[in-house]
Amino acid sequence: MEIKLLLKDIPDYHRIDVYKAHGGYEIIRKALQMKPDDIIEEVKKSNLRGRGGAGFPTGLKWSFMPKDNSIPKFLCINGDESEPGSFKDRQIFEFNPHQLIEGILISAYAIGAQTCYIYIRGEYFRWIELMQKALDDAYAHGYVGEKFKETFGVDFYTNIYIHRGAGAYICGEESALMNSIEGKRGYPRVKPPFPAQNGLWGYPTTINNVETIANIPIIIEKGGDWFRNIGEPKHPGTLLFGVSGHVNKPGVYELPTGTLLTDIIYKYAGGIPGNKKIKCVIPGGTSVPPIRGDQIEGLKMDAESLKEVGSAIGTGGIIVMDEDTDLVKVLARITKFYWHESCGQCTPCREGTGWMLKILNRILHGKGTSKDLDLLIDVANNIEGHTICALGDAAAWPVKYMIERFRDEFEQRVEREIVIDIPNKVHSLRRTKIPLTPLKISSN
Amino acid sequence: MEIRFTDEELQKIESLKTRYLKPDSVILEVLYLIQEKYGFISYEGIKYASKILDISEEHVYGIVSFYSMFNTKPIGKYHLQVCTNVSCMLRGAYELLHKLEDELKIKAGETTPDGLFTISEVECLGSCGTAPVIQINKDYLENLNEDKLMHVLNDLKKAYGN
Ligand SMILES: Cc1cc2nc3c(=O)[nH]c(=O)nc-3n(C[C@H](O)[C@H](O)[C@H](O)COP(=O)(O)O)c2cc1C
Ligand code: SF4
Ligand code: FES
Repeated sequence: MEIKLLLKDIPDYHRIDVYKAHGGYEIIRKALQMKPDDIIEEVKKSNLRGRGGAGFPTGLKWSFMPKDNSIPKFLCINGDESEPGSFKDRQIFEFNPHQLIEGILISAYAIGAQTCYIYIRGEYFRWIELMQKALDDAYAHGYVGEKFKETFGVDFYTNIYIHRGAGAYICGEESALMNSIEGKRGYPRVKPPFPAQNGLWGYPTTINNVETIANIPIIIEKGGDWFRNIGEPKHPGTLLFGVSGHVNKPGVYELPTGTLLTDIIYKYAGGIPGNKKIKCVIPGGTSVPPIRGDQIEGLKMDAESLKEVGSAIGTGGIIVMDEDTDLVKVLARITKFYWHESCGQCTPCREGTGWMLKILNRILHGKGTSKDLDLLIDVANNIEGHTICALGDAAAWPVKYMIERFRDEFEQRVEREIVIDIPNKVHSLRRTKIPLTPLKISSN
Repeated sequence: MEIRFTDEELQKIESLKTRYLKPDSVILEVLYLIQEKYGFISYEGIKYASKILDISEEHVYGIVSFYSMFNTKPIGKYHLQVCTNVSCMLRGAYELLHKLEDELKIKAGETTPDGLFTISEVECLGSCGTAPVIQINKDYLENLNEDKLMHVLNDLKKAYGN
């Protein structure tokens, strides 16, 4: 079933005239005839879940916003897109910016937000320009800003501004993002209070991912029931799967949730170069637990199915590694990323990521011992759940699960320690280190 | 070096402030502008941002050091930012980085003596589907290989007359 909701095969769809010619900016008219609460109900009915990583139900999130429209309320669109393996939101900036803008207008009306910020990572100079151009066109047509009132004959309008970041993965975390917009360092805030109560400058705020909001016009146009029937009912719709690493045709593929991982890799992304076997797949950006190549047969790509195999859908960024991949190197590189990006507020995250990196580098250079593997898991366990934001967990999971799921490979890279019984009461147990080169040890 | 915005630039900053409840929000844009005009953010730059935004120098410095895109030292005319995160690494990013280091005879984090190139190792650029990727100033160079990279490097050198 070929179904494209976000990246349509229409030439020049990013242009406002083409978007309009295909019914663009008409869905907002329909939305404005509904009550804000009815829009929220429709989105709830659609079962749309956030595409930014956590998969939180969007309609439910919106329903937490206070109804009082006399206080300032804000909508932030998260386009920080810095999770390694993720490169999908930029496709929307480039190829379908107006659907995002229309989605923002509908969402802002539903939650009563008078101001919206699209937070885009600073490195995306080109995509910021493209998005700004689309926004300028929408303003000029009277779809955004004060003219909205006149254009649509309603007593409501919203302004949309791009706010660019300046290089910090942590600013993708929703409360860090708000601090960044406020002109502070991007430090995550302790929750509760949640953004819907206490967000930007202390006012109610909703934060949603770019892809999440780009789905909104479709839901309002076709209805929540229609949307819920695409893909897996518990996590419906399409996802922009970004496939990278060892595949013949890396890229972004829009496919219904529940598509088989093997189909994505072999049918769409062209299989593995040299027909090699798959050793490991990271199914949703580096923050989710990696899975073994022998776990992917029959695996569906949606939040629930991935949970069952002990991973998560994350951002849908699939990183494929072939049989020759050095997983110690991969894990060290991933850990280096989290160490670099930790904001430093929580000791377990700030120090733990550094320790894990040190140990992994030691193993990488052939100086690790078998104790190091358990030590790594111990450090990871002490980070997980003990920090202000989820970056801590994101740093702990790859370490914990990579070692757990590929223990043999890691064992082979560390010095083994065996205990040799010596018939001497004083030194009855002597620990002996065995060098890295594999030794044949008989079991008795 | 004296840091100074033109009236037009100051006006632009003022109009950006109207987008936010509080003026502090424009700090990143002010710093971007300083970096664009003067190449990097010096202590004078921090003082200037502090003055026009009425924010303490300490706070401005805190921001500058927090965000990786701000340089506190002069950098080369072309900033070669090599992504070495997983997807790029799997497709040869470290080989490219080392090739660059050999070719320019500097290490990541350094600038060539003629001030033309700076090499940096950076985190995922959000372009993993076209890995390996190098960002040169504002532009992404995607689907790179050694040949392509050497070609671009030579073009840049030529454009600068050596
Ligand atoms: C360290 C960290 C980085 C994150 N980066 C992003 C990001 O770049 N983009 C994004 O949409 N969400 C990111 N998130 C998730 C956001 O906090 C938030 O859950 C999301 O933007 C909500 O939108 P959604 O409900 O539409 O998914 C990140 C979370 C963490 C902990
Ligand atoms: S978990 Fe890490 S990134 Fe998150 S707030 Fe704590 S130190 Fe900062
Ligand atoms: S890993 Fe290099 S762009 Fe994502």
